[in-house]
Amino acid sequence: MIHIDKLVKQFDGQDILRGVDATFEQGKTNLIIGQSGSGKTVLLKCIVGLHPIDGGAIYYDEVCFSSLDNSSRRGMRRDMGMIFQGGALFDSQTVEENVKFPLDLFSSQSEAEKRERVQFCLNRVNLNGAGRLYPSEISGGMIKRAAIARAIVLNPKYLFCDEPNSGLDPKTSVVIDGLIAEITAEYNMTTIINTHDMNSVRRIGDTIIFIYQGNKLWQGTKEEIGRSDNRELNDYIFAAEVK
Amino acid sequence: MNRVFGLVGRYMILMARVFSRPEKARIYVRRTLFEMQGLGVNSIGLTFIISIFIGAVTSLQMFTYLRGAGAIIPPHLIAFATREVLVLEFSSTVVALILAGKVGSSIASEIGTMRITEQIDALEVMGVNSAGYLILPKLIATVIFFPMLAVISIVVGVFGGYAVSIFVGLMPADIYIEGLRYHFDVFSVSYSLIKMSIFAFLITSVSAFYGYYAKDNSLEVGRASTQAVVVSSVLVLVFDLILTQLLLL
Repeated sequence: MIHIDKLVKQFDGQDILRGVDATFEQGKTNLIIGQSGSGKTVLLKCIVGLHPIDGGAIYYDEVCFSSLDNSSRRGMRRDMGMIFQGGALFDSQTVEENVKFPLDLFSSQSEAEKRERVQFCLNRVNLNGAGRLYPSEISGGMIKRAAIARAIVLNPKYLFCDEPNSGLDPKTSVVIDGLIAEITAEYNMTTIINTHDMNSVRRIGDTIIFIYQGNKLWQGTKEEIGRSDNRELNDYIFAAEVK
Repeated sequence: MNRVFGLVGRYMILMARVFSRPEKARIYVRRTLFEMQGLGVNSIGLTFIISIFIGAVTSLQMFTYLRGAGAIIPPHLIAFATREVLVLEFSSTVVALILAGKVGSSIASEIGTMRITEQIDALEVMGVNSAGYLILPKLIATVIFFPMLAVISIVVGVFGGYAVSIFVGLMPADIYIEGLRYHFDVFSVSYSLIKMSIFAFLITSVSAFYGYYAKDNSLEVGRASTQAVVVSSVLVLVFDLILTQLLLL
């Protein structure tokens, strides 16, 4: 479980996040939704520690992550996996090498064990034939699947996804959503997904928080979102439907 | 002025992160060898071509102007002067300036592209010290390999001068070789190699600094790459003066 308490973030003196409270539950896909510029990517990057925060606190289970020093944070990060908007695979490495990278740095397994684990993760995301290819040689959907394989290779407790469906066609988006939801349940991870794709919300939104101008305006489930009486949320859903 | 102090401060903080303890030394050794190939071995061709022509042209110019000015000098001094020009200045400073363009822009654009495509963020989220992982192997590779390029440049440049002297008929081969041996001070080679090691550090660290802090988009990466080349070239010239004062006088 991840809990954020009155999170504040400013850039150049301007408030981007204004005291956001939320709890993201273990074994569930927790979605953060909101229009572009609402602060959801900043929120995700604050939670993983890529942006320092200006107020509030972030708890990973019982540990206050935001008050840890750099080396303790680095230790905790081995329990985290993250899928970036563009995949963020290393261009100079093949898909296989990308997935093996965290194992090379942080595990004491033998080469054979590492290869077996990499193969398992690639099979899990249906990429068994693409291990020898470079990121520039595969499609956007395959890049996202390779990024998922890399994110889960160390069996993380927490999975973060920033716009996992951005730039993908609807059919591939269904595959990626399904994969993230399955992996979350299978490994009992705490998964947080940033998205503005309403189809994803309806498919995999176990819990959803809606961010508007740096404030959390609504929290609920995919079943409840259609019955919300929050005006900004309803405007957002309407705009997404029209699009 | 504040901006300069700010830049120097950020550079120092980055270097402190670069030299912090690596996650796994074996991975860094492998990456250093990879960078030696990319930044060093791939620069041999350019160094070779430039040095052979500069050596040849220097010999021709020495001959033309020293003789043309009516100076009565023994011909072996032309070879001596060519050697001194190559060892003291060309093979370290001028080659470093050329490498600042080739290697510096390559480092800044590679790291800058990794920054804007979130590959550096991916390293950080994994718990990797991205500054150390990306920059330290490049620094070690260039500090070791650039002095080798200086040696290659000296040898090839001297050969260029020798070849042109023989083919154009400036002097017989034995006179040229006598000039090369004349008043040879080993320290001048050490001076050149020390300079090249320091230039390698400056070029690599400054270019990596500009790439690492590139932001937003590909335009910024291009700008960072240009700044890296300009700033590292100016620093090479400034440190050339400082090191000459310190080591030779």
